[in-house]
Amino acid sequence: MTLDLPTAFRIRDIRDESPTVRTFTLDGAVQAEPGQFVMVWLPRVNEKPFSLVDDAPITLTIARVGPFTEAAHRLRVGDRLWLRGPYGRGFERLARPAVLVAGGYGAAPLAFLARRLRAEGVEVAVALGAKRACDLVLAERFRDAGCSVHLATEDGSLGHRGLATDVAARLLDANPDAALYACGPEAMLQRLAHLCRERGVPGQFSMERMMKCGLGVCGSCDHHGLLVCRDGPVFSADQVLGARGDFPSPCGRA
Amino acid sequence: MTAPDLSVPLCGVRLGNPLVLASGILGTSAELLERVARCGAGAVTSKSCGPTPRAGHPNPTVLAWGHGLINAVGLSNPGADEEVRILRDAKARLAPLGVPLIASIFAETVQGFGDVARKVAEAAPDFIEVNISCPNVEAEFGRPFAADARDAAAVTAAVRRAVSLPIIVKLSPNVPDIAAIARAVEGEGADAIAAINTLGPGMVIDTDSGKPILANRTGGVSGPAIRPIAVRCVYDVSRAVRVPVIGIGGVTCGRDAVEMIMAGATAVGIGSAVYYRGPEVFAAIREELRGFMETHGYSDISQMRGLAHDA
Ligand SMILES: Cc1cc2nc3c(=O)[nH]c(=O)nc-3n(C[C@H](O)[C@H](O)[C@H](O)COP(=O)(O)OP(=O)(O)OC[C@H]3O[C@@H](n4cnc5c(N)ncnc54)[C@H](O)[C@@H]3O)c2cc1C
Ligand SMILES: Cc1cc2nc3c(=O)[nH]c(=O)nc-3n(C[C@H](O)[C@H](O)[C@H](O)COP(=O)(O)O)c2cc1C
Repeated sequence: MTLDLPTAFRIRDIRDESPTVRTFTLDGAVQAEPGQFVMVWLPRVNEKPFSLVDDAPITLTIARVGPFTEAAHRLRVGDRLWLRGPYGRGFERLARPAVLVAGGYGAAPLAFLARRLRAEGVEVAVALGAKRACDLVLAERFRDAGCSVHLATEDGSLGHRGLATDVAARLLDANPDAALYACGPEAMLQRLAHLCRERGVPGQFSMERMMKCGLGVCGSCDHHGLLVCRDGPVFSADQVLGARGDFPSPCGRA
Repeated sequence: MTAPDLSVPLCGVRLGNPLVLASGILGTSAELLERVARCGAGAVTSKSCGPTPRAGHPNPTVLAWGHGLINAVGLSNPGADEEVRILRDAKARLAPLGVPLIASIFAETVQGFGDVARKVAEAAPDFIEVNISCPNVEAEFGRPFAADARDAAAVTAAVRRAVSLPIIVKLSPNVPDIAAIARAVEGEGADAIAAINTLGPGMVIDTDSGKPILANRTGGVSGPAIRPIAVRCVYDVSRAVRVPVIGIGGVTCGRDAVEMIMAGATAVGIGSAVYYRGPEVFAAIREELRGFMETHGYSDISQMRGLAHDA
């Protein structure tokens, strides 16, 4: 079931994940697939897309990067926020070992995915990357779900010094049959998409584009003729790399 | 019986079928326009473009409220210079598919319409559609030109002077006598009329917060809820003018398209239906239309056109 109009939910819990990232747990549930997102509305402020970290209870992890997310961070337990959705195509869960690669708040949809994969008995290794140790988010959630968690920081303050992509490459070396699932900065996704292509690894990537309607009509989240809000936000390696004629719907393949 | 012919002539340009992507839906990039063409549209319209870049209104900008959509996107566009690049790219992608390109334009002033038309014509689209009927920028631009026959005629004349391409003028349903506006723009050289743009404006209020949900507070209403009004407008306009009409408003299936044609439309615009049925909606409606023609023994679209006029 999709909430077509923004619907009010009360905030039950707020947790600081890092100096700039907060997780909001709401009173209420929706039915969603990992990788799907909701449009969060704050009246008189704006309405922006956020991945679901969980659907029951609804959980959002929000990085403070600008006016809307600053307003979200001013909310307190007991305050309300509004959301519509869930929207988009989530991750397709494959029955083989999983390597999850998260850059920054890209961990959000992957934490949801990890929980579902583990519930289905799939082995999950997570490469979690950030600039500094204090910017690593949701590591506890992955551990609680029963994943092996491998950290990377660009400044070397915790775990591997370098990028989550380096860690991911090693995890794939150890797990040649694995499928890869990733969310994070565009450059990271591009690099991982190339890696998947080279190695023949099935990869799925959650992308971001400037999104407005979330309904597949306004065209603002166009990525080479694909709509991030409706065809995505989860795409194949070829789609990430802008391969032509790779629309998810049959008519696109004409 | 021979297979029905779905092609229609529009101002001397042949459309493989009468279904046209309406402006403002998916028309923001060359790749999306190409995709919609591959999905079976007979022609595609780009998102309305103005003289200079506009960000549009903040979100929420589009809502599905139950019986249609309501939108106040606010004419976000990259400006005419960048639009020329997009339209050239789109034209190159559409040419091998045989799908004509309609370039939609808007401006704040009569002269501005002429300037944008001249600029956009550099990309050699098959048509220029003149959007004088957006209800979502009234606070900034004042009353739409489509609200007054003289204003509508003046814009048409300015675009007519600026370009030799076929001109489609897009009308608003939010007037007491749409036929009078249609006659006025035909008189100044419009080659075709598109009707209708969105209805309203309307408003949706969140009852938990007591606030209008759209950031612009009001927005244009589209989709199934407006279809009977669109059909009546197309009926009125097509009886009042000799130029062809693109019937737009609430069409989501083949039967709806037939209804528009029977009201007098030569071609049929599809907008909100992309929300309900995805970009695949074009091939789906085309096949439903074909099925209707087969069942009822029509071999050509023109046999259905304006049937309701005789009633
Ligand atoms: C499918 C999807 C899922 C997302 N999931 C999360 C999440 O789980 N957690 C999280 O913290 N963030 C997520 N984001 C990004 C989030 O939407 C932006 O950070 C937020 O919109 C920023 O708004 P702002 O006003 O605070 O900042 P602004 O100053 O407006 O923008 C800061 C940056 O955020 C991005 N952004 C701004 N507006 C939008 C928009 N309408 N759509 C997409 N990106 C935008 C741009 O890159 C911009 O440079 C997601 C985005 C998408 C498209
Ligand atoms: C999200 C959205 C954006 C639109 N933007 C434009 C636009 O830029 N220019 C225009 O002429 N019409 C615009 N329209 C109006 C449509 O082209 C069409 O006239 C109207 O929606 C009625 O058709 P429908 O019921 O099939 O959607 C827009 C409609 C929607 C829903």
